[in-house]
Parts: sequence; structure tokens; C-alpha cells
Amino acid sequence: MEHFSMMALWGQLVVGLINGSFYALLSLGLAIIFGLLKVANFAHGALFMLGAFSALLMHRYLGVNYWFALVLAPLVVAAFGVVFERLALRRLYHLHHLYGMLLTFGLALVVQGVVLDRFGASGASYPPPDLLRGGLDLGFMFVPVYRLWVIVAAIVVCACTWIVIEKTKLGAYLRAATENPELLKTFSVNVPLLLTATYAAGVGLAALAGVMAAPIYQVSPMMGADIIIVVFAVVVVGGMGSISGAIFTGFGLGLLEGVAKVVYPEAANSVIFAMMALVLLFRPAGLFGKET
Amino acid sequence: MPDAAAGKTLLEVSDLQAWYGDSHILHGVNMSVGKGELVTILGRNGAGKSTTLRSIIGLLSKKTGSMRIQGVESINSSPTVIARLGVAYCPEERGIYASLSVGENLTLPPKLRDGGLSTDEIFTMFPNIKDRLSSRGSNLSGGEQQMLAIARILRTGADILLLDEPTEGLAPVIVQQIEQAITALKQRGFTIVLVEQNHRFAQKVADRHYVMESGKIVDELTNDTIAQEWDRVTRYLSV
Repeated sequence: MEHFSMMALWGQLVVGLINGSFYALLSLGLAIIFGLLKVANFAHGALFMLGAFSALLMHRYLGVNYWFALVLAPLVVAAFGVVFERLALRRLYHLHHLYGMLLTFGLALVVQGVVLDRFGASGASYPPPDLLRGGLDLGFMFVPVYRLWVIVAAIVVCACTWIVIEKTKLGAYLRAATENPELLKTFSVNVPLLLTATYAAGVGLAALAGVMAAPIYQVSPMMGADIIIVVFAVVVVGGMGSISGAIFTGFGLGLLEGVAKVVYPEAANSVIFAMMALVLLFRPAGLFGKET
Repeated sequence: MPDAAAGKTLLEVSDLQAWYGDSHILHGVNMSVGKGELVTILGRNGAGKSTTLRSIIGLLSKKTGSMRIQGVESINSSPTVIARLGVAYCPEERGIYASLSVGENLTLPPKLRDGGLSTDEIFTMFPNIKDRLSSRGSNLSGGEQQMLAIARILRTGADILLLDEPTEGLAPVIVQQIEQAITALKQRGFTIVLVEQNHRFAQKVADRHYVMESGKIVDELTNDTIAQEWDRVTRYLSV
């Protein structure tokens, strides 16, 4: 009995890490976008879904394999992000945050609506690449190789993003633009271009997460809408705009959810929101956010 | 009229009017600054001194009149374009980025033209900065922040420096250090527009002074005559 529950715990911890990987990748993109553009990108879930769908369609109609899709789908979605930011989103920067939220929420509805209309609600499955098929016996449990890959890849992508932002010249421009974009303009730095690039990178990350999710979850029009609600809770717990906060909270809350499934399954779906309520009560700026 | 006959005019502002939103701040500013000159703008709080600098660098977009920088009309240009003409701006609040290290702050402004100071020259001018390169910008003292704020615009190759109250709120020993730096920059050939409330400081470093009142230049004095006309100056500056 004791042995059985340990197995269950390990199993749920791995599931928690998988979910946490997606929470981290998605909240990371949201945090970067919010930090610089001050836009809560409600289209993030829809663009995650668009990443998964791009991979599916490229596979189905063009024979593009998983590894190429991992590069191409984020580029396609990032290009879409560039067009959206240039044509629409940037016109709202001078207005209240609420307008950016409404616009991106509208975009999410349109993208989901179009995909739903074209491909139906049921969705399709996406095969994992041959290289990552099968499972690995860790001794205490059996894990599908693909899931391990997702966890490792997500950690690597999060770490690389953190390094780019904290340790490079480009990251210094991003941090400076987040703090005081006006002054940065007087140094002849092209701030509007930085904003476009940031939005593209953020939604590209969402699409990358989408491709990685495709072989695990059913690829369906609403897959993004389901996950994004949790991801926004993650962002609130971590602190809006905090990069490391998004990463640690993403993985942490994924694990917490996993533990809850073993300890008290009834609470599994609500534990993240309970956490969000607690954080809002006692530390409104988030665990990693700066109190202002 | 004492003008910049010696050097060619780098900055020529005529009938500059500027607005913050709906409030009309500058009501026809006229000034000209020659190559290598150090000119101050004196005046009370709210006279429009900072607004004049912010207009010249292009941060205020709502303005009329003429602003010729290195001979190029720039009244409608963005800060990005104006910076490329060789103008650099050091704001009153210093604008040190708190989330960047001192080193990152120093190298943040890209090099736009030749002729900027090397990092070694900057460290000679401001030795304090060299010891604190890896500190966060937010951990610097006010004086160190001011030195860093000046230092970081010297690398870019800009030859017109707009300095907004660089001595404000600083201890006398730091003010002295900044005075030496500004004097050294002038000797190197930089053209400098300095906004100051501390007119004793202004008098030590400047060639010429403009006095500003209610959004206009109301008087102009050379540094040679300012001592004799001290009464006139204090009348403008006293509340």
C-alpha cells in the first residue's frame, strides 16, 4: 500500500513537471511581453494552439517532421505576431492596459474561431518523433522518453531565455526599455523595433510550447484556452513581468498540482487558484515581483 | 551681441515653442551655441530650462519654431535621429537603469560616431566608476549615479552634450569632481549646454549664460561680465 502510493506520487510528480514545463514556457513569454509592452497578452493560449496546429498541418500536408516543426512553427507564429503588433497592438500602447487586453482577447477568439471552423472541435493526435518513442525504466517508475525530452527541453529553453535577458547586450536593451524607454530613445536605440521583436519572441515561445505539447495532448482548437487560464494564475503568483518568477513558479505550481493529485485529488484543479488567492492576499506583487 | 563668432554654430534655436500636452511651456526660445562653447541656461524653477533641453533632444514632440543641429533642421525629428546628429542628453533625474549593472549602464548607449572617449579615458575622468562596474545601478550613491550618467554619453561620439542640473543635491566634494570633469570635456572640444540653478558653479565653468524666465530667454551675459552684473542676475534668480 505504502509502495503503491509512492509510485503514484512519482508518477504525478512527473506529470506535474510536464505540465509545469508548459506553464513555465507560456508564463515566461507572457512575462517578457508584459514587462516591456505592458500588455497582458490574452492571445497567448490561442498562439500556443496555433503552434501545435502549424506543426500538425505541416506534418499532414508538407511532410515536415517534428524537428523541423520545432523551428518552423514558432517562426510562423512569430511572423504572425510581428504583423499583429505592427498593424494593431502598437496603436494601443498609449492607452490604458485594458485596451491591449481586449484586443488580444479578441484576437484569441478570432484565431480559435477560424481554426474551429476549418478543422472542427475534435482535434487530432500528432505522433511523437521516432527518436523519442518508447519509454525509460528509471527503476522506481517507467517514463515515456518523449515526456523526459519535454522536461529537459523546457528547462534548457527557459535557461537560455534567462541568459539572453540577464547576460547579453540585447537583454540589457530589453531591461532598459522596460525601465525607461524614453531615455533609451535618446541613445538612438530603436525602441519600437525592440517592442516588436519582444512580442514576436514571446509568442514564438508560446508556439514552441505548442509544438512540444502536440504529441502529448490532443491538438484541438481549445487546447490553448484550457491551459492559459492556469498560466495567468501562474503569472500572478510569480509576479507580473518577473522572468525568473515565471520560470520557477511555472515548474513549482506544476509540481504542486501533481502532489495535490495524490494527496487530495479533489483539490488538484483548484490548488493553483487557491495559491493565487493566497499570494494576492499576502504578497500582491507576486512571489518574485517587486513591491511598488 | 556676444556670439559664437570663434566657432561655427552647432545649435541654433529660433522661436521655439513647446507644449506638454495642453500646457504651453516654451514661448519662443532663441539661442545659439557655437562649436566648443559651454553655455548655461540659468533661471528659476519652472522657467522652462529642462523643457528646453528635452525639446532639443526631441523628447517633446509638440513644438514649433526652428531647431538647427549641425545645420540640419530638426524641429520634427525623433530623439533617435537627433542623437545621430551628435547630441547626447543627461537628464536631471540621471536615468541610471536600476536593473542594469554599472558596466551595462556605461556601455548601453551605442557608439554612433567617431571621436568618443574610450573606456580608459572615462575611468581616468571618473575613477569611482571603475571600482563599481559589477554593482547594480540602483546601489550607487547620488554622486556616483551622476558621474555614470555623464560618463555613459561620452563614449557615443556625441559632440553636443545637454546636461540638466548635474550638481543638484550633491556634496561639495562631488560637485568639485564634476566641475573638473566638465572643464576637461570643454578642453577636449565638446560643446556643452548646461542647465544650472547653482550659478556659482555655472560661473566657474561657462563661457556664456542665458537667463530664462516664463518659457523665454530674457537675458544673455558673457562670463566676463557676469561678476559685474551680479545684481542683475540675482534679480532674475531670486524668488
